Amino acid sequence: MGRYIARRLLIAVPTLIAISFVIYAILALAPIDPLSQFGADPRVPPEVRENIRHSLGLDQPWPIRYAKWFTALIQGDLGYSFMSHTPVLGLIMQRLPNTLAVVGVAYLVGVLIAIPVGMISAVKRYSLTDHVATTLAFMGFSTPTFFLGLLLIIIFSITLRWLPFIYNSNLQITDLESLGVQIKQSIMPIAVLGLGNAALLTRYVRSEMLEHLPLDYVRTARSKGLLERVVIIGHVLRNSLIPIVTLIALGVPNVFGGAIVTESIFRVPGIGEMLVRAIGEGDIPVVAAVVFLFAVLVVGFNLIADVLYAVLDPRIKYS
Amino acid sequence: MATAQVRLTGAAQADAFQRPARSLWTDAWHQFRRHRLAMVGLVVLTFLVLATLIGPYLWTASLSDIDFSRSLQGPSFAHPFGTDDLGRDLLARALSGGRVSIAVGLTAVFIAITLGTSIGAFAGYFSKLDSPLMRLTDLFLSLPVLPLLLVIIFLFRDTLRGMFGPEVGIFLMIVTVIGILNWMPVARLVRASFLSLKQKEFVEAARSVGDTDGRIIFRHILPNVLSPVLVAATIGVGGAILTESTLSFLGLGFPPDLPTWGRLLFDAKDYLDFAPHWALFPGLCIFLTVLSINFIGDGLRDALDPRKTA
Repeated sequence: MGRYIARRLLIAVPTLIAISFVIYAILALAPIDPLSQFGADPRVPPEVRENIRHSLGLDQPWPIRYAKWFTALIQGDLGYSFMSHTPVLGLIMQRLPNTLAVVGVAYLVGVLIAIPVGMISAVKRYSLTDHVATTLAFMGFSTPTFFLGLLLIIIFSITLRWLPFIYNSNLQITDLESLGVQIKQSIMPIAVLGLGNAALLTRYVRSEMLEHLPLDYVRTARSKGLLERVVIIGHVLRNSLIPIVTLIALGVPNVFGGAIVTESIFRVPGIGEMLVRAIGEGDIPVVAAVVFLFAVLVVGFNLIADVLYAVLDPRIKYS
Repeated sequence: MATAQVRLTGAAQADAFQRPARSLWTDAWHQFRRHRLAMVGLVVLTFLVLATLIGPYLWTASLSDIDFSRSLQGPSFAHPFGTDDLGRDLLARALSGGRVSIAVGLTAVFIAITLGTSIGAFAGYFSKLDSPLMRLTDLFLSLPVLPLLLVIIFLFRDTLRGMFGPEVGIFLMIVTVIGILNWMPVARLVRASFLSLKQKEFVEAARSVGDTDGRIIFRHILPNVLSPVLVAATIGVGGAILTESTLSFLGLGFPPDLPTWGRLLFDAKDYLDFAPHWALFPGLCIFLTVLSINFIGDGLRDALDPRKTA
């Protein structure tokens, strides 16, 4: 087991290096001038522009620039933002807590909805409950996240005036009242992200439970005279959870992707919103850093999923 | 008891002789028709596709005529979907936008399926190519898709716009990028089927009569892999339409003179308080299209599953 985990870790490293190379190559080969902000200004003489290029190292071939960027990256130096002239790492650290809070709670909500609903759906297959749950799940993952967001804004902010539709990031939680405001402004972003994931996970839970329900060990458990509740939760659900846990881990990067859209709609100051803005402003150091961060998330959670599967399912032998 | 059984099978056999030949596809169709939601999906999708194809000829309101006197009107008889801030008819815009959205979904999936099937077939059939191609697949699977899509489109759209014109350039770009970032699941699926199928006797038989590798791949193995690929493709179209609309919604998709459903929502999002209809109708179009496609995909999966057909 230890060797398997070590080998998986060793594969993850070259994967990340390859991805960082791909990201850098795309950015470097793009027909866009990192100095376009200056370039548009006719008052900057060409010599000065050349000097800036030289001082930034932009006159070197891009593979060399990549090597330098990557060496700095592994030392934790992500460069400086073109726009705010502050270290990118600081900007990310400022915004990451917001994203983690929204994504984390949303995913938790999604899982907490999906497991009971999927379970009931599977146990009472083809019942009215199952049909309703299935239809709702299909509707859930067919709705574009941004449309669900706009719908919620129309219903709860504009028509009913219950919830604010712009996220106030300067809010300090000092007392019960400000805590209430924080909860109110978080409801819609979390709902939008959570419901879509709940829909997808419900389908997984249902089909996984259906695979297990007709198996022999379930019949054995029933014939022992165990309560139906114990059979379903203690035996079937427990075994079905093995692949579901890995699917939950594999879904995490998708939730972060969804956060890009959700944060843009509700203007939550997280890394997704930062990425969209940095792309619009042509702030390449920020773009490179955030995209790489997303890649780290994908590779990291793939790794976690594999390791979890190995840990949870003792039947699988790894050589 | 035993005789009854024999007579029954005898009767069933006689019956089978009289029935017309059943192919995999007629069987699948019979199975598919039993899936009620998939049939509803098929009807709704057919309606939506026909509406976007024929609609613009029947609903002749201009999609670009600007008239400020009727800006931001709600749905009315003259403008069933209402109008936008410049007084343009939203039904006309939604109809022609839908054509682009659906075309993007189909073309992107066509690219993804072609790439995925070829890579999966080569990896599964030629053992030497297996490991490098699967490493490549793993690498692509580790790419952060949405951020990368946003970056690539932002960086290259001006160049492509210059090369192919604003509309064709963006179309080619979005379709290619979505295709290139979505072939991996199909490749894995096709590879797995190829790995097991190439051991089968019919492949050996084909080889023994001197068939070339190309003929074995395309004529003998590939047709057996088609049904799971078809299911993946169907669901993929829905996914590609969602991706395109997400890109357009973030302002990185089609230009405003080519209003896809996502683009209409992007334009509408600043007017939610006084013109909710502007966002509602295009959003419903995306939702209904993708929902129908997903139901059809589910129906196809059941219909083409050999374990289910009796």
